[in-house]
Order: sequence, then C-alpha cells, then structure tokens
Amino acid sequence: MTVHFKQDKPEQSNRLDGMKQGVLGKGVSRLEGLAKVTGTAPYAAEYPVEGCAEGVLVTSTITRGEVVGLDKDAVLAMPGVLAVIDDSRLTTRPAQGTANEAPKQGPKTISYWGQPIALVVAETFEQARDAAKHLTVKYREEEGAPVDPQAVETEEKDGTVRQGDLAHAMAEAAHSVDVTFTTRGHASAAMEPHAAIAEWDGDKLTVHASLQMLNYNISELADALGVEEDDVRLISRFVGGGFGSKLGISEEVVAAAIAAKDLARPVRVVMSRQQVFQCIMRRSETTQRLRLAADEDGKLTGFGHHAVVSNLPGEVFAEPVLQSSHFLYSGENRELMLEVARIHRMTAGSVRAPGEAVGMPALEGAMDVLAEKVGIDPVELRLKNIPEQDPEEGLPFSSNKLAECLKQGAEAFGWDSGPRKPRQHQDGEWWVGTGMASAARAHSISEARAKVTLKSDGTALVETDMTDIGTGTYTILAQIAGEMLGLEPNKVLVELGDTRHPRGSGSGGSWGAASTGSAVYVACKAIREDLAARVGVEETALELSQGKTSAGKSLIDLLGGEDIAREGHYEPGDIKDDYTAAGFGAFFAQVRVNRYTGETRVDRMLGAFGFGRVLNHKTARSQCLGGITWSIGVALTEALEFDPRDGHLVNCDLAEYHVPVNRDVPELDVLMVEERDAAASPIQAKGIGELGMCGGAAAIANAIYNASGARIFDYPMTPDHVLKAMPD
Amino acid sequence: MSDTISINGTQHSLPDDPRRSLLDFVRQDLGLTGTKKGCDHGQCGACTVIVNGIRINSCLTLAVMHDGDEVTTIEGLGTPEAPSELQKAFVAHDGFQCGYCTPGQICSATAMLQEIANNWPSDASESLEGEMNVTGEEIRERMSGNLCRCGAYANIVAAIRDVAEESA
Repeated sequence: MTVHFKQDKPEQSNRLDGMKQGVLGKGVSRLEGLAKVTGTAPYAAEYPVEGCAEGVLVTSTITRGEVVGLDKDAVLAMPGVLAVIDDSRLTTRPAQGTANEAPKQGPKTISYWGQPIALVVAETFEQARDAAKHLTVKYREEEGAPVDPQAVETEEKDGTVRQGDLAHAMAEAAHSVDVTFTTRGHASAAMEPHAAIAEWDGDKLTVHASLQMLNYNISELADALGVEEDDVRLISRFVGGGFGSKLGISEEVVAAAIAAKDLARPVRVVMSRQQVFQCIMRRSETTQRLRLAADEDGKLTGFGHHAVVSNLPGEVFAEPVLQSSHFLYSGENRELMLEVARIHRMTAGSVRAPGEAVGMPALEGAMDVLAEKVGIDPVELRLKNIPEQDPEEGLPFSSNKLAECLKQGAEAFGWDSGPRKPRQHQDGEWWVGTGMASAARAHSISEARAKVTLKSDGTALVETDMTDIGTGTYTILAQIAGEMLGLEPNKVLVELGDTRHPRGSGSGGSWGAASTGSAVYVACKAIREDLAARVGVEETALELSQGKTSAGKSLIDLLGGEDIAREGHYEPGDIKDDYTAAGFGAFFAQVRVNRYTGETRVDRMLGAFGFGRVLNHKTARSQCLGGITWSIGVALTEALEFDPRDGHLVNCDLAEYHVPVNRDVPELDVLMVEERDAAASPIQAKGIGELGMCGGAAAIANAIYNASGARIFDYPMTPDHVLKAMPD
Repeated sequence: MSDTISINGTQHSLPDDPRRSLLDFVRQDLGLTGTKKGCDHGQCGACTVIVNGIRINSCLTLAVMHDGDEVTTIEGLGTPEAPSELQKAFVAHDGFQCGYCTPGQICSATAMLQEIANNWPSDASESLEGEMNVTGEEIRERMSGNLCRCGAYANIVAAIRDVAEESA
C-alpha cells in the first residue's frame, strides 16, 4: 500500500523530536562500516560473474570530425580478442544529472578529444587493453574546432536579473569593489573508476554499475539501448564516491550492455583513470566579475555578479555560478548574468556543489576586499548584509542561520575582530594570517519512494533504489525508521541501490537525505497508524521505544505474526515556490605563507553550518570535513589543464591533478548550528554534502592576503601566483 | 617448476600471463576484491598491500615478480567477525565515507605504524635518527600516499592515533 504525501506547508509538528527511541541525530557508526573496512563490501566491478569477458574503451585522438575506418580485423586476430564494438547506440558523453534520457550517441561523430569511439572485448583484461591500444582508427578531421572559452562568442543563459540601476549605485557608492576572479576546471576524481558488469538473460538485462541516481539511470540506459525499462535492472549497492561524476549513465555502462548482448555472455568494462578524467565530467572554468557598492557603513546598495562558463555545443548544463548570489546578500540595485561559451573540450557537468563551489569563492573574495575598503571586520560586513527576505524574489527564507554561523563560528575559532592589516604575524620564514568567508548552498529536494516493512519478528526492512555514495544513507535511513518505529538502527535492515526497489531520489545536489528520508518518514508514519489502531490510541499518542509501546506491549505481540508494509511516496509540493531555502554557514581559516617560495599551508580551519535537522552527528560531520577538504583543493591545488591546440585534458590522472593529500589537511573543526527547517522537508532537514565547500576556498584566499599581503584573483593560489602577488 | 606466492597464508600458483599485475592477480584470479584499483599507476594508494612486511602499491608490480613472497591483503588483516584494531578504529572514528580507498588506507596504516616502530624517519621527523614518535604530523606525512577523495583525512588520522596510543 502506497501512502502519498505532498508538502504544501511547513512541517511544524516536529514529530521526530517527540519520538521516544532517541536515536535520530546520534553519531551512530555506519551500519555498513565493517564491510567497508574489511574489504567485503562489493563495488560495481567486483561481483563474481561466471564467464565474464573484459572490455576496454577506445577513445578519440582528434577533437572534431568523423571515424571513417576501424581496422577491426587486425585486432580480432590478436590473442583472446572477441569483438570490436562500434554500435551506433554507444554513448559518447555521460548523461547530465536527472537527464532521464540517453545522452548523445553515435561513436562515429567526434566532438571532443578523448571521446569513446569503440569497445574492444577480450577474454582477459590484459588482452583487451593491448588490443584497444593497437586498434588503428582512420579519421576525417574537421579542423578549427574552438577550444578556448575566451576566443568564442558567448550565449546568455535564462535567468538574468536586472533590478534598479547597478551602474548608478556603483558611481554613487561610498565604497565600491569591481574585481574579476577566475577559477579553473575541476574533476570529481572519485576513487572508484566508473565500471559496469552487464549480463543478459534473454531480453532481461542486469547491470552492476557505479551510479548515483538509479531512478534516472534506468531510463537513460533503457533509452540508449532501445529497450523497455521493465527489462532493465541496475544495481549499485556500494558506490566508491560520486561527487557528480556518476549522476548520469556513463559510457562504459551502455558499452558493456551492448557487448554482452552481442557476445551472449557477461561483459565487464572498467574505465582507466585517464578515461574517467577525459570522458566523464569536468567542472567548467569560470571568469567572474563582481561589483559591490556599499554606503559609508558597509551596507550594500548594489550587487553585481557576472560569470562566463563553457560547455560543448548542445549541452544544456551551464555551471550555475550565481545560484546563491541571488539571495545571500542585500543590495537593491542588482545585476546577475550567466553566459556560456561553446567549445570542444570534454563535457562540462556537475562536480560537487556545482555553482557555489566556484561562485562563492569569488563572491567571498570580493567581500573581503570590500571589508578592507570600508574598514570594518569582514564578519561584521556579512552580518550587516544578511537580507530579511530574498532580495530578488521577495520571498521569505525558510530558515537562515547565517548570522548564528558567523557569530558562533567566530567565537569557536577565536576570531580576532580587531582592525585587520596584512603581514602582522611572522613565524620564521612564514607569514601567518587568518581569513573567513560565508557559506551558502541552495536547497534542493525531490520526489522519492521507499518501502518500509515492519516484520513480525520486530525488525524492520527499508527498501529503495536510493544510493549511498559515502554520504551515510544506509545509516540515516535506519535511524529515521528506528526513531519512528521504536527500534535500534541495527534492527533495521536497509537495502539500497537496486532498481527492483521503489524509486528513491538518487544521490545528487545534496537532496538525498531530505528527500528519501522523508519517504521513509511517510511510510513509517503510516505503519504507526496501523499500530496505533491495534493499541487503540491516536497515532500521535503512540510511544514506541526498544521494540515496545509505553505500556510495555512488544511490537512482536502487536504484529501477531503479520508484517506491516507501506510504501512512502514523498513529493515536494507548492511550498517550493513559497520560500527561498538554502543551507548557510561560515568558514574560518588560519594559513601560513612562505615568504620565499609562496607556498601556502593551512594551519587550521573551522566550518560552522546550519543545514536543518542533523540526522547523524557523525556522518554529518564527516560530510562537512569532506567539503572543507575540497575547499582546500579549490583554494590551493586543483586545476584542469587543457591543451590550447586540441582542447584535450592534459593532467588526466591523480599524479598531475592535485587533490588534497593527508598532509595538506590540518585538524578541522565542525560546528553544527541547531536548526529545524520546517519548510525544507517533512523531516526538517536540508543538504549537507556540498555546503562544506561553498565558500571555504575564499576563507583560505582571504587568509593568504591577511598573512602575506598577496591579494590574488585567480584560483587555485599556487606558489607562482602567490609570489607574483606578494608585495616586496 | 611451479612458482608460488603466499596470499594471507595460502599458497597460490603465479599467473601465466606475465602482464598481470599483483593487483589484478588478487582481484581477478583470487577474487580478493578488497584490494582496490583506483588509478593503476601508483598514484592513489587504493591498491596498497603488505609484501614481506612492507607496504607497496600492488598495481605497480607484476604478480610473476613475487615468487616465494608473502602477501597480506585487507582480507588477511581481519574479517567482519574478527576485525583488526585499526579496522575497528576506522569504523568508530568514521575514517572513511565511500569506503573505496579504505582497505588501502588500513593496509598502509598497519605497515606504517611498524615503520615508525622500526624508527624509520620521514619528512616530518625532527631527526633522521633516534626514536620516532606517532604524532599527527608523522601520520599525515606517512599516509599521504593514500588519497581519500571523500576527505576523511582528519578522521583517518584520529583512528590511527587511537590505535597507536592504545598499543603504546
């Protein structure tokens, strides 16, 4: 039986706080933890499948043109080689998040360097790899494909805001800032490479893959293959990191499925690390102009944010740089515009916190410049400019804890709010300084279904095709069900990542916990109603804990040998249009900058965040730690390098693309500000996974300036940039 | 002549294909998939195993080069029923999120603590000689060959410290 709930008004009843089990929010260790630390949790490529052949993708070495010949025969003569697949259904780009249909297909037409053009299948991985390397490809190259975002005309995206007269506000302002920041491309670089094992049983296809949103991926895969969704089963029980790169169906999944059908045997395709870099997603580079106009006291009167990003022709996705700029700060005269340059570099798509991950570091860098001009503390400048309502839409905030985060964060960090001047502290050859920035990430929520069964033995089962990509889904869903049904989380079995289960929300845009968690909540509430009727009380009066009612009657007795199963179907309602909802926070960092080499080391960092109800203190904190760690990468090391001649990604591995390593990350503090966001979701929770990197890089950049006097407008702030900008 | 390799105490014949890496040998031929392939180029540390007591990247070495060697993989350190102290500490401190780098982190940490006990210096050591201590900075330096993209480093360090202090 399905129970539908559409949220049209704030959820003020606070039911979860009134439950008696007392497990929600607690720092419960991950339920799948032991499987992960002992290496027994199976990831996509690791399912034992009898007679599995191995596929290796072949990718393009030209930027634009056509494949006019593949010397298949030479390769088929090599030991163990079974097939060279160049089926027109092969996909050539990953699907964008929530696409719900096949991405671009047809491997003969090439639109970027590194695009998949064929799959070589052999008995062993070594044979397939060798054969793929030896496949001779003939191209008809179409010269002159634009690859430089600076050298092409741009298209304006919908959503431009012009309010009041920004130019006039800038001219009249007591203090103004007009600066241009650049950010470089980023890679998700999830530790598990994209992988799939496909197996057909007649017309029925089963694929083990590493994907974030099976609820969309199943349609994308079925559409790509030209088969019915009902004939497809996708399984992703463990996903070795996603960060946006596994939102949409990727090329190896479709290739494995086609090859397995052709060969009538299972086929595994695992992308090499270089292929993951070159034919999945990049975060677009950005050029951002910030204009801030303020009165004598630092109150904003004008706010301008203009960004240029890039993508391939035909791609709808454009890095949504301005997402939080629309509502974070006041300023009645506003101009916000996003433009896209069409170039032939690999697909630009979602990488953790698309938009704010690069928009916030630029905005918050500009705010630091403004604070200095006005001559006030940068925390004070932010506090002065928190709007009472959305400054463009005029909507109330569902809940906005920015002020609390700024104040509590500053206090916990030991922020010195005195007059700030660069180069005040020296430690040997290092300049030491501090910086701060606000955090903001627009809240997203989506439809989700989950089935909960309260079993006659007094345990519960939660089933949904939602994924756990390291975010903690297994554990928090068990906590929600446990809280509602009066059970310890270890009495709740959570089964995820299988399209045989009801459609969850998928993991993406930080919406997984609030969306699928709400579906579990809705299902559990219906089960409680059934139980309450058996006890003879109102559902709201039913108190359950440790498998018993408050009167001491056990669930097992109440159930009398029967299971109670309910499918919860949560849908975001009209409430989405009534509020501006977002997670807010503040970052504080202390860095040291080497006066001779320009090297920056982060000494310590603190993030204070308000993201609604905390579902699990331990996993929530870990999400924040992860976000802050990514902030360090954005600030100091991460940059995709493209060949200016053919647009190919040059630093396509983990030696050349520098994600933070253990020694780059100091001790980090996380402060979670108490919040219940009644309009964000029925369980009053918002997203966590992305907020922790939405602005953190600016806290580091601003600290570099405070430490060394080097004001830099280009991320990442590598030693060469720092040295160049450092005063003598 | 039959060349053999010991994996977690069990003898196995070496593979026929000389191109097979130690990593692919344990994953594909033996089904010990706890050892992970993250990059296949020795850049990420997800494939770390312990060979004759020393941690190495198993993707950077061919299986046939290990005739007579004793290899310990994550499966040899503990099981869900009987996890090692480090495995328990990683769970308690949430020293992972997606879990893909985790077996490598734990194999690496297991051998790393032995390196400190053997007084091998690192870049973070104050001196090249004398007794080495398990400090946060030593752990961070010595664990920097094991990437974690989820960003669990702070918790990884806490988990390792916990175990080092317990056994000290």
